[in-house]
Amino acid sequence: MTRASNRPPVVPPEAALPSYLRAGYTLRSWLLTTDHKRIAILYLVSISFFFLIGAIAAALIRLELLTPAGDLLTNDGYNRAFSIHGIIMVWFFLIPSIPNTFGNFLIPLMIGARDLAFPRLNLLSWYIYVVAGLITLYVVLSGGVDTGWTFYTPLSSVYANGAVVAAILAVFISGFSSILTGLNFIVTVHKLRAPGMTWGRLPLFVWSHYATSIIFVLATPVLAITLLLVAAERLFGIGVFDPALGGDPLLFQHLFWFYSHPAVYIMILPALGVISELITSAAHKRIFGYWFVAYASIAIAVIGFFVWGHHMFVSGQSYYASAIFSFLSIAVAVPSAIKVYNWTATLYKGDIELNAPLLYAMGFIGLFVAGGLTGLMLAMLAIDVHVHDTYFVVAHFHYIMVGGTVTAFFGAMHYWWPKITGRLYPEAWARASALVILVGFNVTFFPLFLLGYEGMPRRYHVYPESFQVLQVISSCGALLLAAGYLLPVAYLGWSLFRGAKAPANPWGATGLEWTTSSPPPKHNFIEQPVVERGPYDYPISDPLSRSND
Amino acid sequence: MSIAVRRLLLAWIGLIALLALTVGLAFLPLGAAKPAAAYLIATAKAALVLWYFMELRREGGLPRLAAGAGFVWLSVLLVLTAADFLSRN
Ligand SMILES: [Cu+2]
Repeated sequence: MTRASNRPPVVPPEAALPSYLRAGYTLRSWLLTTDHKRIAILYLVSISFFFLIGAIAAALIRLELLTPAGDLLTNDGYNRAFSIHGIIMVWFFLIPSIPNTFGNFLIPLMIGARDLAFPRLNLLSWYIYVVAGLITLYVVLSGGVDTGWTFYTPLSSVYANGAVVAAILAVFISGFSSILTGLNFIVTVHKLRAPGMTWGRLPLFVWSHYATSIIFVLATPVLAITLLLVAAERLFGIGVFDPALGGDPLLFQHLFWFYSHPAVYIMILPALGVISELITSAAHKRIFGYWFVAYASIAIAVIGFFVWGHHMFVSGQSYYASAIFSFLSIAVAVPSAIKVYNWTATLYKGDIELNAPLLYAMGFIGLFVAGGLTGLMLAMLAIDVHVHDTYFVVAHFHYIMVGGTVTAFFGAMHYWWPKITGRLYPEAWARASALVILVGFNVTFFPLFLLGYEGMPRRYHVYPESFQVLQVISSCGALLLAAGYLLPVAYLGWSLFRGAKAPANPWGATGLEWTTSSPPPKHNFIEQPVVERGPYDYPISDPLSRSND
Repeated sequence: MSIAVRRLLLAWIGLIALLALTVGLAFLPLGAAKPAAAYLIATAKAALVLWYFMELRREGGLPRLAAGAGFVWLSVLLVLTAADFLSRN
């Protein structure tokens, strides 16, 4: 697969122990496990399931939009399709996607710990997620909701039909899973770092998850309280948001986006951490400006709490507040830009190996920049008045969440696949899938920028005929994108049984996770690792060494 | 009943009493003083939680600083929301 795998395989002492996958074969040994690696797999299976449900809803949307008339779904049916798509993709896929799978699996390995600080809380967080997910399935089966994923009042609290309270309950409960994960990561990073693993030696993946965890812990309770207030207004008529009852509908938007804008960073920060690992490993080079990249994560987490009003420029928010939020929203782009510059500077003059993870990472950078720059456009008051609530916004956030996070998710899946499963994936297929996903994504979502700029509003399924060409291109792109996502499922599934056995460090990478066996044993390391070098001290002399002497 | 449990119980009774006070005040004709009184009582409740349930009274500087940072963070929500509400016309 890589140049490094051509070296004679070096075998770490952990290889003598049964791997975490062979530490028990019963269903019970999985469902009652406290091993962070097994819980990561449990999460991977469950978020993949919800990704599928969300994708089916997206397929319905794209099918409906093939024609200008509303002929496949009713108005109400279309509302329900995009609401289910949004709710499931945001809270049951994107929010837990990278943190609860790769974060869960890798953070203890990367810092040289036996497990997370609270293994049983970790398992509890998965069960909470499952309960919330089951309630969401009930919502889907009982006909869904038509509020959109944003639950705007007074629509959600007074007028909407459907299982609004159940949907709110599901999101409310899933929040506790997020909070427990964030808490666990913060304590783990503070308390369980191996000797020699100073803050300046933490992999950037860990820094970005630390920043994400801060948002998990601080922001999620605000969403929980806000949604409870919506439920209280809907069930008991307690006036909070409904103007007829003395409430203020904009108060809902303030509270909701105070969570939901930082939640965007919950979705993208872990992806940024993944890219830092993929780039340094493929370039065999120290990251350019370690502290800038590390603190950029913290800066994004902090400044991300100051920008939420950019969702309310045309909602009746005061011009004074809009001007403040516009300025602050432009400011939050700075740390993201720092990361992009530092990744490209890391690649510059690197000893680059153009492997599949790097292809995913470079695709990510392009899509993230496109999504980020259009975000800057949306932060401008005058432009936002023109494109607010149009496909331009839809295209913008899909570039960040799908082009960004989902691409990084696939990149991470390939890069750590040998560590997680102990098998090598077929490199040629992987490179092909990276390209299909990149092309499919752009064909699907670039037309939406044009549609939005020309005035196609979001959340409508009946549209003027002049928009049909771009809509059809987008739906065809969605088919290609779906193929791009299914391709890895096929060849990774194949490699699970037929793939070549992976050595401990197939990439010749510096991270601690590569110094134990692939897949690692139950408690990761036989002896407590002692760290003697920085996270990206390339070149390394020996793939299993923890120092570079 | 141990002293620790009794202390927590008393703090909880204090919280319930303050809650009753909030509800009671809502029915009194206080005018502009009503929100001020409500915020004052809410602050007292938060103080009880911080001091007794979060055990900040036994902690040193760093945990208190971290809890204080939580307040700064909450003030971001309140101040920027007020920036909109107070300047609307
Ligand atoms: Cu936002």
